[in-house]
Parts: sequence; structure tokens; C-alpha cells
Amino acid sequence: MADFLINTVGLPAWLAWMVAAVVAAVLILHVIAGGALVFIWAERKIAGRIQDRLGPTRTGGKFGWLQSLADGIKLLAKEDLMPDGADGMLFRIAPYVSFCASFCAFICLPFAFDVVGQRLNVGVFFVIAVLGLEVFGVILAGYASASKWSLFGAMREAAQVVSYEVPLGMCVVVPVMLAGSMDLVTIAEKQAGWFTNWFLFHDPFTFVVFWIYVTCAVASVNRAPFDLAEAESELVAGFHTEYSGLRWSFFFMAEYGSMFLVSALAAVLFMGGWNGPIPVATLVGLSEGTGDTAHYLVRLIGLANLLGKATLGVLVMMWIRWTLPRLRIDQVMTTCLKYCTPLAAAMFLGAMLWQIALPGGVVPVLRRPAAEIREGWLQGPGGAVRSRDADGAKVAQVKS
Amino acid sequence: MMPGIATFADAFLAAPLPLAAINWHSFFFLLFAALACGFAVAVVAAENVVRMALYLVLSLGATAGLFFLAGAEFVGAMQLMIYVGGTLVLLVFGVMLTAQAPFVSIKGSGRDKVVAGVMGAVLLAVLLQAALSVKAWRAPAIGVVANPAATPIGMALVGVRVDEPGVGAPAKNVRPGYLLPFEIVSIHLLVVLVGAAYLARAKRRKTPRAIEVAASVEPPASVAEHAAIGRDRRRGGSVLAGGR
Repeated sequence: MADFLINTVGLPAWLAWMVAAVVAAVLILHVIAGGALVFIWAERKIAGRIQDRLGPTRTGGKFGWLQSLADGIKLLAKEDLMPDGADGMLFRIAPYVSFCASFCAFICLPFAFDVVGQRLNVGVFFVIAVLGLEVFGVILAGYASASKWSLFGAMREAAQVVSYEVPLGMCVVVPVMLAGSMDLVTIAEKQAGWFTNWFLFHDPFTFVVFWIYVTCAVASVNRAPFDLAEAESELVAGFHTEYSGLRWSFFFMAEYGSMFLVSALAAVLFMGGWNGPIPVATLVGLSEGTGDTAHYLVRLIGLANLLGKATLGVLVMMWIRWTLPRLRIDQVMTTCLKYCTPLAAAMFLGAMLWQIALPGGVVPVLRRPAAEIREGWLQGPGGAVRSRDADGAKVAQVKS
Repeated sequence: MMPGIATFADAFLAAPLPLAAINWHSFFFLLFAALACGFAVAVVAAENVVRMALYLVLSLGATAGLFFLAGAEFVGAMQLMIYVGGTLVLLVFGVMLTAQAPFVSIKGSGRDKVVAGVMGAVLLAVLLQAALSVKAWRAPAIGVVANPAATPIGMALVGVRVDEPGVGAPAKNVRPGYLLPFEIVSIHLLVVLVGAAYLARAKRRKTPRAIEVAASVEPPASVAEHAAIGRDRRRGGSVLAGGR
């Protein structure tokens, strides 16, 4: 986009880069905030249906679709309280720390071909590293609240998240190994074509790894049945007991943002990213890199694909939440250390051996021949090669 | 082309805007460097352990920002994963150990501060001397960019000095690389790790009801029961005969 601003609109380089950055950041912010608005409403409806009631029905006419907005206005109007013994600065800063961590992880998440905030060549690693920082805000909140419930909740969350990062990391390594890259764009690009090319169906081991990833992802974003940090039957509300108003809602935006993020990451790593189950665009004869107007349409389809997959993941998480009872803390730790971690390690080994023994897959008809895998992901629209040299030239341009 | 907007932009920028003249790379470098240094000072100046941990995380995060700015994305993500994530665990222990009142605030005496200041100044002087004596940093770093996979300092860390003139000369004329210091530091870290494990183990014996009890060999029993089992074992009796 910066290229467009420099070449077509005629802005100077520094302003163009800044505008491009702000647009990307605002779009990501909208994904998180708008997503939270929709998902909170969906969660109420789903919870209602599962518990044999209707959920919100009145606010905003049919289906109560304005319920989240009304909630938001209520939260804005609420008094912002702080306990007497609280550590003021830490108490105030904690929700923002959580939210920033959730936001930063979105930066290198590809939403469609070439629709990515900042393409990093270690994208997966960056997302996992930043996602783990969200717990930092929770610990700060728990400590600064000067409340025993908060502290207990925060300590539980810390133990849980730090433990579940281990199997989560192992699960994520498997698609990285298959794609031969840590770049999220490349990983999704390698799964183009029919849904049989998705890493989910690559071999039996990756199929199992996907479900381990789902378990660990649910645990690492603190959703039920792993929501020990806010177990309301024991800890009032856990780490956010003392929070109210907008600060409280920041924690919730961070939580819904993280849910969406791990779902989108699952889509990119295992379910082909923006590549749909049926390659509609390719069958029609369009492609992302053609450089004409049609490629925007292809990207729009890709965007819809990824958002749809990620939303599906979030809805499944809600379904799980309202179906399963909460685990005890020792059961949570047992699930992680005794089941998920060894299983993930074994599946990692299995996927590796499979890759050595059967690199072509069992059913060769379903696999694409290697020559068909497009190497065009390096080329932007108009065939311009985007590489580190080109970026370097841009940096030099900015400098001068 | 959109001439209207272009004209507007030209008019808008016709005024001598100082922004256009700024070297933005240097600007962000200085910004992140200042953040890292400022929060590092704040770590020392703070009295509360949890606040110290927060400042440490911010300082290390700014360092990660420096790495990203330099295009070293892997190192930056590593910095986030290992150092910032490690500080997280540090913070957990800080909270657990300082829940008691006497440790909530850590305040050094005046004498401590003087000693610490002198030590810090000496170390800083050594570091500055070492940093400023590297000639290559002041020259344009073209040679480094040409082969980003193995920079001279990276080669020196594995024991090959490519930046010295006598590369092809007999071995006694070539200065050794940094392999030995590197290994010494690694061994030092290993020793620290063993020491930390030893200390943690000694502590766990005193407080058997810690969270880690699930990982220990004994089932979670009360202290009295532990003692009873121990007595039975010393007497040579069976655990089951101990009245459980």
C-alpha cells in the first residue's frame, strides 16, 4: 500500500509509510473490537440455546442483536473503581498490557493473500511468543488488585499458560516442518488447492496434532473447561474481581481477540489459511498475482474463507465452554503434562518419519504434483519481486 | 494518477517540514534505545519487586524492538519468547515470595547505593571502551550486509576471525576467536542452573504444600502424615502399617 501511496498518490515516502502503518493498525483494531462485539452476542445466544433458553431477544429488535452495543454503553458509563490497597499504576496498566499483547500477535497474521499487517519470516514464532505475554497483564492485575481472589486466579493462570505453551509449541512445529518455513504466508500458500492439501489431512499424525492444538489453544486463552483463572464458583471472578467499567472490558476484548487469533492460527496452520476447501478462483481461472482488478476479488474470497474458518473455531470454543464442566487445577495440569505433551511429542516424531518415508502421500492422485506448487508468492501484484533487497531499497529511500 | 491529491500533498509539504528530513531509522533506534535504557534504570530505582519485573519486561521488550528494527526478526522473537517470557516466571516467583509484608518493599541503604553506583560506573566504562574501540561500527557496514548469514562477529564466536588481516597466515599469527569466552559463559550459566535447582529443591522440603507437590514423588499428604511415614520408614515398618 505504501508503494501505491508513493507512486500513484504522490505522497512523500515517510508520510506514505506512516499512513500505511496506521491503516493496517486501525483495521486490526477493528477486527478485534468488531469481532468481540459479534462474538459476545453470539456467545449469549449459544449459551442460551444450549441451556434451553432464548438468550437476548429484545435489544435492537429481532434476535437481540444490539445487546453487545448496549453492554458496551453500560460499561462506558460505569464507575471506574480501584480498591484501597491496590498498587495504582500496575492496576491501571494491566488491562492495556493484556490488550496490547493480543493486538501485537495480529500484526503478522495473514488474512488473505498479501493482506497481512507486516509479513515476518518467523511469523508463527512471533505469534506464539507474543500470545504468551497476554498472561502478563493478568498477573499484574491479580497482584495489583490487593485481593486474595485475584491473586489466586492470576497464579493459576500463570501456571496454566506457562505449562500449556510447551505442547502448543510442539503442535505448531509440525506444520512448520511440513511447509519448511515459519512464515505464515508461506505455510498457507503451501496448502493451496483442494482441501486434501490441507495439513490437517496431510497424514494421520497431523490430524491428531490438530486436536492437541485445539485443546492447548483453548487452555492457553483461558476458556472453559480450562478457565481456572476466573472460576466463579471458587474465586468470585478470579483476576478481574476488582475491575469494573472500561478496564474490565479491555480484558474481555483481549480474551475474545486471543480466541479469534488462535482460531485463525489453526486455520492458517492446519486448514489452508485463506484457501477454501474448493479452489473456486483457480477453477474459474483467476489467481491472486495476476495484477488486474480480478485479483482483488480473489483476495476478498480468501478473506471470507479465513474469517469464516476463524469464526467457526470461535463458535466451537463457545460450544465446548457451555457443554463441558470446569476441570480442577490438578486435572488441568495432568491433561497438559501427562497427555498433551507426550502425545504432541510422539505425533511430532511420527509426522517427521512420515515425511521421510512417504513424502508424496498415500493416495498420489489427491496430491498435487510438486511442479504445480506455485512459487509466485514472492511476487506481488504486477509481477514485482518483493524481496529483502526491494525492502532495503525502500528503507534507503526513506532515509534519503 | 490522482492529480488533485498530488497537488494537495505538494502544497501541504511545500512548507519546509522538518519531518521529511529526519532519518526515521535512526529516530526509531534512538527511541527504542532510550526506552530500553530508561526502563533499565527504573528497574534499579524501583522498590517493589513486581514493578521491577514490569520495568524489566518493558526494557527487554524495547530491546526486542531494536532487533526487529535491525531486521533480525528471529532474534527479536527469541528475545520476546525467552527473556520476556522468562521474566514472567520470575514475576510469578516474585509475587509468591514477597506476599509477606517485609519483602514487599526492597530499599537499599545509602552505603549499598554508593557501592552499587561505583560498580556500575566501572562496568559501564569497560563496556563503553570495548564498544567504542570496534572500528567497523563507525564505518558503513556494507561488508556485513553482503553476507548476513555469517557476520564477522558470528564467525568469531565459533572461533574463526575473518576480520583480522592474517586469515590465511599460519595459525600462530591469527588471533583466536571468542569460542573460549563463549563456552565459559555457557558453563557459567549451567552452573547457575544447577545451583538454582539445588536451592529450589532445598526450599521445597521446608514447604511441602507448594504447588509443585503434584510433581513430587509423595502423594499430597499433610505434614503430620509425612512425618509419620518418615518415622515408619526409619523404623523399618511398612507405610501401610503406619495407620493410614
